Amino acid sequence: MTVVCLVELDGAEPADASLRALTLARALGDTSVQTVVFAESASVPAAALADYGVSDVYAVEPGALEGYAPQAWARVLARLAAETGATAVLAAGTDRGNEVLAHLGAITGLPMAANCTIVTPDGGQTHRLVRHRWAGLLLEDAVMEAPIALFTVATDAVAPVPAQTPAAVAVHVHKPELAEGDLRVRAAESPAGAGGASLATARVVVGGGRGVGGPDGFAPLEELAGLLGGVVGVSRVVTSEGWRPHRQQVGQTGTKITPELYLACGISGAIQHIAGCAGARHIIAINTDPGAPILAHADYAVIGDLHQVIPALVAALRAR
Amino acid sequence: MEILVCVKRVPTVGGKIAVTPDGQEVDTRMSGFSISPHEECAVEEAVQITERAGGSVTVLTLGPEAAIEQLRDALALGAGRAVLLETDGREWGPIATAAAIAAEVRAHPYDLVLLGNEAADTGDYQVGIRLAHELGWPVATGIKNLSVSAGGVVARREYRGVEEAYSLPLPAVITVKEGINLPRYPSLPGRLRAKRAAIERSAPDWAAEGLRKETLRVPASSKHQATVLGHGADAVPELVRVLDELGVLS
Ligand SMILES: Cc1cc2nc3c(=O)[nH]c(=O)nc-3n(C[C@H](O)[C@H](O)[C@H](O)COP(=O)(O)OP(=O)(O)OC[C@H]3O[C@@H](n4cnc5c(N)ncnc54)[C@H](O)[C@@H]3O)c2cc1C
Ligand SMILES: Nc1ncnc2c1ncn2[C@@H]1O[C@H](COP(=O)(O)O)[C@@H](O)[C@H]1O
Repeated sequence: MTVVCLVELDGAEPADASLRALTLARALGDTSVQTVVFAESASVPAAALADYGVSDVYAVEPGALEGYAPQAWARVLARLAAETGATAVLAAGTDRGNEVLAHLGAITGLPMAANCTIVTPDGGQTHRLVRHRWAGLLLEDAVMEAPIALFTVATDAVAPVPAQTPAAVAVHVHKPELAEGDLRVRAAESPAGAGGASLATARVVVGGGRGVGGPDGFAPLEELAGLLGGVVGVSRVVTSEGWRPHRQQVGQTGTKITPELYLACGISGAIQHIAGCAGARHIIAINTDPGAPILAHADYAVIGDLHQVIPALVAALRAR
Repeated sequence: MEILVCVKRVPTVGGKIAVTPDGQEVDTRMSGFSISPHEECAVEEAVQITERAGGSVTVLTLGPEAAIEQLRDALALGAGRAVLLETDGREWGPIATAAAIAAEVRAHPYDLVLLGNEAADTGDYQVGIRLAHELGWPVATGIKNLSVSAGGVVARREYRGVEEAYSLPLPAVITVKEGINLPRYPSLPGRLRAKRAAIERSAPDWAAEGLRKETLRVPASSKHQATVLGHGADAVPELVRVLDELGVLS
C-alpha cells in the first residue's frame, strides 16, 4: 500500500504539523510513505523524514515551480498519486494543507475530510475516520468511500512520534507536469510587518480578555510575556472592541496555540476560545470569578483581580 | 461590482456544546442561530466594496426555511438581494453545496463571490475552492486584506510570519477570515428594509457524497476543576513556585 503526504518545511526542518501528519500516515497500516516537498533536493531534510518512516521524497525544486501556488501543488499530488497507485493522500491541517487538499478534491472530484484525528482503512475503497467539527469541540465519526482517501490531519490532536526503525529514504527530483491555469494564483511573499515570536508556536502565551478592561490594560501583560519569553494572545471580545489586532486572537476563528503554558487572564473560557487553547500543555487562569468556565479547563487558578495579581507577579519575577 | 456572499446558518453555541441523543446533530434546544464570524466579515467586506465602487451585494444561503433569519440579518447590514436555496433539513456535503451555489452564480453576472474560510460547524475548508473549480474561476483563501481595482483584486494573508499577496483577475472567488474588517451593527432603517425585502427561493436536489457522517460526539476531556493557588496578590509566591515547577522560568 502506498500513501502520499505533503510535507511543509519550517526553515530547514519538516514542520511540526507535517511530522504529526506523517505519524498518522504510518498508522494507516503496512504502507510505503511517499512525500512531496517543495524545495531544492539538496536541502530536503532526508534524515528527519527517514526517522518518521518516509521511504521516498519527491523534491519539486523552485526552478521547476517557484513559490506557493495551491492549485499547482495539488496537481503535483494528483499526478504522483496516480503514478504510485496511492490509496490515500494527506497533508497537515494547516492553512496550506487544507487549501491544497481541497484543490486536490476539486481536481479529482473526490471527497476530502479536513482535520482528522484517526484514519483506518476498512477494506476495499473504505476508510473509517474521526475528524474535528466545531474546531475540535466535537468529534465526527465518518466513513469515506473513495478510490483515493484525501484528508488532512488536525494540528493539535496527533502527537508526533518517530518510527520504531527509520526507513531507508530515497530523494528524487520531481519534474511537475502542470495543467493550464495551475499557476494563475500564486503567492508573492514578503516578510510580515510585525516580527517577533509567533502566537502559533510560542512556548508561553499570556492571554488577556475582557477583564483587562481596555486597550491601556495590556502593558503589564506584555511585560509579563516578555519576562516569560512568551507573547500576548487575546480573546475575541478584545479584538472586536478594537483593543488589540485580530492576529493576536486565540480561538476557533483566531489562532490555535500549543504552548507549554497558557496564562489566561480575565478570560471566561467560552468554548470557541477553548478551541484555540486546548492544545496548551498547562493552563493557569487568573479570574475574579471562581465559577468561570475556564477553571474547568485550567490546571491551576488564582482567584482575584488581574490588575493586582499581574503587577505583583511581574515584581516577584523581577526580584528573582 | 456585483458581489455574491455565501453564509451558513449554524447554532450559536455558548458555554457548552451538546449533541442530540441520536448523535446526529448539535442540541439546539437552548440556543439561537447565527452565521460564523468569518462570514459576518464577508458580508461587511462586500458592503464596503460596493459603497466605494458601486454595484450591489446578494446574500445566499443553502439551508432550511428558517435560514431566512440569517439572510435578513445580512440584508440589514446592506445586502440588496437575498437567495434561499432551500433544503429539507438534511445536511449537505461540500461537493453538492458548491455545485448548488455554482448554479446561482452561472445565472447572474457576478464579478466576485465571497465566502468564509471555513464553516463554523462542519469546518470542511473547501466549499469556496470547489465552487471556483466548478466555475473555472481563480480562488484565494483565508484572506485578511482585500483591495479591489477595475480588473482584479489583490488578496493578502499571513502564513508562518510571511505575508502572501495574491493578484487575481475578476471574476474570482475569495474566502475570508475574521479580522479583515470590523463588521458594523445594523441600522434601524436597515432592519426595516430587511424585514420587507423579498427572498428569492429555489430548492436544489440533495446528493449523496463519498464522505458520510455516522455520529457526532463530545470529546472526552482529561481536564478537571483547577487547583486554586490562592486569592489576589497573596497567591503570587505560590504562583511563582508553580511556574518554576512547570519549567517556564529560565
Ligand atoms: C462562531 C464563533 C467563533 C468565535 N471565535 C472566538 C475565538 O476565536 N476566540 C475567542 O476568544 N472567542 C471567540 N468567540 C466568542 C466567545 O464565544 C466569547 O464571546 C469570548 O471568548 C469571550 O471573551 P472574554 O472571555 O474575554 O469575555 P467574557 O466572556 O466577558 O469574560 C470576561 C472574564 O473576565 C473576568 N474578569 C473580569 N474582570 C476581571 C478582572 N479585573 N480580573 C480578572 N478577571 C476578570 C470575568 O470573571 C470573566 O470570566 C466566538 C464566538 C462564536 C459564536
Ligand atoms: N449551506 C451553505 N450555504 C451557504 N454558504 C455555505 C454553506 N456551506 C458552506 N458555505 C460557505 O462556504 C464556506 C466554507 O464552508 P466549508 O467548506 O463547509 O467549511 C462557509 O464559510 C460559507 O461561506
